[in-house]
Amino acid sequence: MKFTLSWLKDHLDTGASLDAIAETLTRIGLEVEGIEDKAAALKPYVVARVLTAEQHPNADRLRVCTVDAGDGQPLQVVCGAPNARAGMISVFAPPGTYVPGKNITLSVGTIRGVESRGMLCSGAELGLGDDHDGILDLPGDAPVGQPYALYAGLDDPVIEINLTPNRPDCTAVSGIARDLAAVGLGTLKRAPEPPVRGESPCPVPVTLDLHEQHRDLAPLFALRLVRGVKNGPSPDWMQARLRAIGLRPINALVDITNYMTFDRGRPLHVFDAAKVQGGLTVRLARADESLKALDGREHRLGPEMVVIADAAGVESIAGIIGGEASGCDETTTDVLIESALWNPQNIAQTGRRLGVVTDARYRFERGVDPASTLPGLDQATRLVLEICGGTPTEATVVGEAPETERVIDFPWTEVRRLAGLDLPRVEMKVILEALGFHVAGSGDRVKVLTPSWRPDIEGKADLVEEVIRIAGLDRIEARPLPRSESVAKPVLTPIQKRTRLARRALAGRGLMEAVTWSFIPHADAELFGGGGADLVLANPIASELSDMRPSLVPGLLRAAQRNADRGYPDAALFEVGQCFASDAPEGQSVRATAVRRGTAGFTGAGRNWEGAAATVDAFQAKADALALLSALGVPTGGLQVVAGGPAWLHPGRSGTLQFGPKNQVGHFGEIHPRVMKALDLKGTLVAFEIDLGALPPTKQRATKTKPALALSDLQPLARDFAFVVGRDVPAGEIVRAAQGAERKLVVGVDVFDLYEGAGVPEGQKSVAVAVRLQPTERTLTDAEIEAVSQKIVAEVARKTGATLRG
Amino acid sequence: MATTDLDTLERDLLSQVAAASDEAALETVRVAALGKKGSVSDLLKTLGAMTPDERKVRGPQINGLRDRVQGALAGRREALAEAALEARLAAERVDVTLPLREAPDTRGRIHPISQVMEEITAIFADMGFSVAEGPDIETDELNFTALNFPPGHPAREMHDTFFLAPDAQGKRKVLRTHTSPVQIRTMRAKAPPIRVIIPGRTYRHDSDQTHTPMFHQCEGLVIDKAANIANLKWVLEEFARAFFEVEAVKMRFRPSFFPFTEPSAEVDIQCSRKGGEIRFGEGTDWLEVLGCGMVHPNVLRNCGLDPDEVQGFAFGVGLDRIAMLKYGMPDLRPFFEADVRWLDHYGFRPLDVPSLVAGLTA
Repeated sequence: MKFTLSWLKDHLDTGASLDAIAETLTRIGLEVEGIEDKAAALKPYVVARVLTAEQHPNADRLRVCTVDAGDGQPLQVVCGAPNARAGMISVFAPPGTYVPGKNITLSVGTIRGVESRGMLCSGAELGLGDDHDGILDLPGDAPVGQPYALYAGLDDPVIEINLTPNRPDCTAVSGIARDLAAVGLGTLKRAPEPPVRGESPCPVPVTLDLHEQHRDLAPLFALRLVRGVKNGPSPDWMQARLRAIGLRPINALVDITNYMTFDRGRPLHVFDAAKVQGGLTVRLARADESLKALDGREHRLGPEMVVIADAAGVESIAGIIGGEASGCDETTTDVLIESALWNPQNIAQTGRRLGVVTDARYRFERGVDPASTLPGLDQATRLVLEICGGTPTEATVVGEAPETERVIDFPWTEVRRLAGLDLPRVEMKVILEALGFHVAGSGDRVKVLTPSWRPDIEGKADLVEEVIRIAGLDRIEARPLPRSESVAKPVLTPIQKRTRLARRALAGRGLMEAVTWSFIPHADAELFGGGGADLVLANPIASELSDMRPSLVPGLLRAAQRNADRGYPDAALFEVGQCFASDAPEGQSVRATAVRRGTAGFTGAGRNWEGAAATVDAFQAKADALALLSALGVPTGGLQVVAGGPAWLHPGRSGTLQFGPKNQVGHFGEIHPRVMKALDLKGTLVAFEIDLGALPPTKQRATKTKPALALSDLQPLARDFAFVVGRDVPAGEIVRAAQGAERKLVVGVDVFDLYEGAGVPEGQKSVAVAVRLQPTERTLTDAEIEAVSQKIVAEVARKTGATLRG
Repeated sequence: MATTDLDTLERDLLSQVAAASDEAALETVRVAALGKKGSVSDLLKTLGAMTPDERKVRGPQINGLRDRVQGALAGRREALAEAALEARLAAERVDVTLPLREAPDTRGRIHPISQVMEEITAIFADMGFSVAEGPDIETDELNFTALNFPPGHPAREMHDTFFLAPDAQGKRKVLRTHTSPVQIRTMRAKAPPIRVIIPGRTYRHDSDQTHTPMFHQCEGLVIDKAANIANLKWVLEEFARAFFEVEAVKMRFRPSFFPFTEPSAEVDIQCSRKGGEIRFGEGTDWLEVLGCGMVHPNVLRNCGLDPDEVQGFAFGVGLDRIAMLKYGMPDLRPFFEADVRWLDHYGFRPLDVPSLVAGLTA
């Protein structure tokens, strides 16, 4: 919402400065977004007479001028404008002036050997339009020495407020003035507004052709004819104000409706009576109807849209925009002025469907004051008579304004209860009344009647807001929220703790945390198990941000590749965040994922004097995954690592982490070459992903005591075994078999060598393990050690078919 | 053997000891002198055949010779060991200026959004708030209607909403445009008193220099029988002071409008912007940081609460935005680009865990 200072002062008698007004507007909730004060910006620019203009001795295109800027002292200025001539009146800026159009500050200069003390200016240089033809050429009677802004009528500062949608009353300058008067910044001006007397009834019949259930779409419609008007340009003052707020003056009749829209928040429409055939009907649009509107566009109408039609068809879309055919122009002599009330939701919906944003729609969808319908018609009529002449008829009025005022039962204590502010009752009452509320009754509880222009006031809380916003929020003093009397308890839920811990644990492994988009390309979603119809956005911001992600992996893969493309091939990234399996809350999971590219392994990437880092492999991803489980304190007793994973992983270089076949918690491995190709990824990429919510819960124990520690005094010992086994037998099975052979003694099994080739039969491999034994009761005899060894060999052989390598 | 011969022998042996250049040479000298058939051992053997008087004279001379030779051998051995050690140490020298690979825990980074979320949690946990969360995909009811955005109301247009495809009933879910639906979820699930903060990811159909279609918010909600705007002011002032780690902040509450609060306000913090750097606790500029207000009676009713019985306030802040304000990132877009250079520079080390005990930042 924009208006000018002088416009405001039409409604508000105030001596307050522009700064005070702006500061107050913001303080009462009408946030000032900007102030454009051309008078201040253009202060140094004065109207000046060019006394002489001679050819520059050293430059064909330049002239040496002398200028009188009002003090009679001729100033020498070098000027390049083709239109500079002796005797002309133009605009002069002295040295030290900032020139907005050129973004320079003038100084005394010497141009091709001739001193120049200032500048003669074009409109473009002043930041006023884009004429570059030459310096401003003002009429001969322009007062030399006067500030140009004053002369040009640019001295009316424009104030723009960022209006919240709950305040339709402040879509009017008069409404803003009311708020400022209530806060004590001035007094409202109330000029008498006698009703317009018509000579005869309005000859154009009006019909409200709406079913009973649709009557609320057009509760009230008023129309008046003014005959014999002379429509031309509107007066300068009106044009200046409309221009100042960014509107283009069109002709007096149209300008009057625009002026009323901003001055009173009362949108109106004018029809050229000569172009209206028969009476006007307010009805719903019919299928296939359309209207060429004043915005020059052809609008296809829908059956839920309210229109004003004549015998020829639709002439106007109610509350939004009029039609071109019946619009007023310079030839208009008889004008029909419409002032009506429409349904806010219906207007909002129609405006959205048509994609039309107008000042009328903006007001009607927020709620135009129902009580302004008839006075607004009269105000507009008076302006028409004043500017265009003519003879008015009586108004035709169909329907009636709905009762919108509410009575609110208001205990004064509500202000203290909600705001924590004690105010004298009289002050609260004065505020409410200044805003147009009627306060009835006395004592602790009063009845408050809301004004017709405040549809946003529904109940007590709204009244509290009105009181404190005018009284001043700064008068509320901060008061501590009562604190707990005991030591603060932990507040995080198990999944919140896991999420945090996961981040720290993965960052500790040299991974950098990324936050990538929740939406990914449809094709990517499909590759990673998603792409379902329930997770596709109906209105994505871009085609590659179309689907809610089923996995964090594709986003991180692409991020790693982007880094590579920028010259950082060894990215190690992780993310802990939400993934979506369905649009239901249960379909959302929290996952932890890491991606390593190139040589970005745990110990570091790239070449180094200690040895170059190897290309990352599935084991780097496995190490990340297992380190995460360990950091989270997940009981891993039942954890199984099974070969293979989802389709996006290399089938031979991937694994699944599970607690039983039905309880998979994650995957790791190298990215499948087909996925690499589909996502246009280069090099080697490995990843793991774990669903943090699927992990078994950390055991909650009644006591924090750790289990007792039993340490043996006896020396541990190790025995090495080399097994020959089928190539496809997982080493993990050998390890598990060895562990299970003698649970009392075996405390650890490490695989320390793998070998295939000469000396090992074709299709077989050698797996060497070191088994650590820890006696607990007494030192083992050689015979006992031998017996344990036999048991281990037998058990491994039984479980895996392995034989001891000869 | 005459005394002069003993002197000669001693001189001879001592010079041999001194000349021995390594352990082996020294051992040869020792064996030649003190071994079974060594020259000094031979002399010692002669003592047995001497008369007591002879022995009285010769004993000390020969024993003295032996002791001095032994002493010389030991001294020389020590000197040789010292020299050998010196030689070894010289040979074992490494170039300690060789650069090392950076360790994993110095390379890793925590994203500023996560860090700031933890900072905020630490502050509010101290004031008795727990952390509530909710889904990113919400119903229209929870994202709008229950929060007092009536269908068709222009206030809905303040939020540029992402929609999912309509279901069989024609209902379409939305990506939550704010974390406020979790207020509803919380109030419907738990009876007052309530003190929660609600951090999370939010979405608006908006993309330009200062907006991204996805961003992060943190809201707060307090519901009890007495919480009012005075308390709200205190909470926000304490929060801002603690979060920005300054002695005091000056705040300005401006009346504003949110459908789900009444009265509503926006909060500006006073700051200086010298040299493009924002500093709180000084200066004369104002920066909009928060939105807040008393929970709207309709919202309380929508959660089955009686607005005449319970009351409370809510506030919301852009997590990304306050991260930018505190840590000085100039742009929002790079937050989501995963550029390792940006993460390295603006990210936090894995052990920089914010706490009130040690301070939010190191």
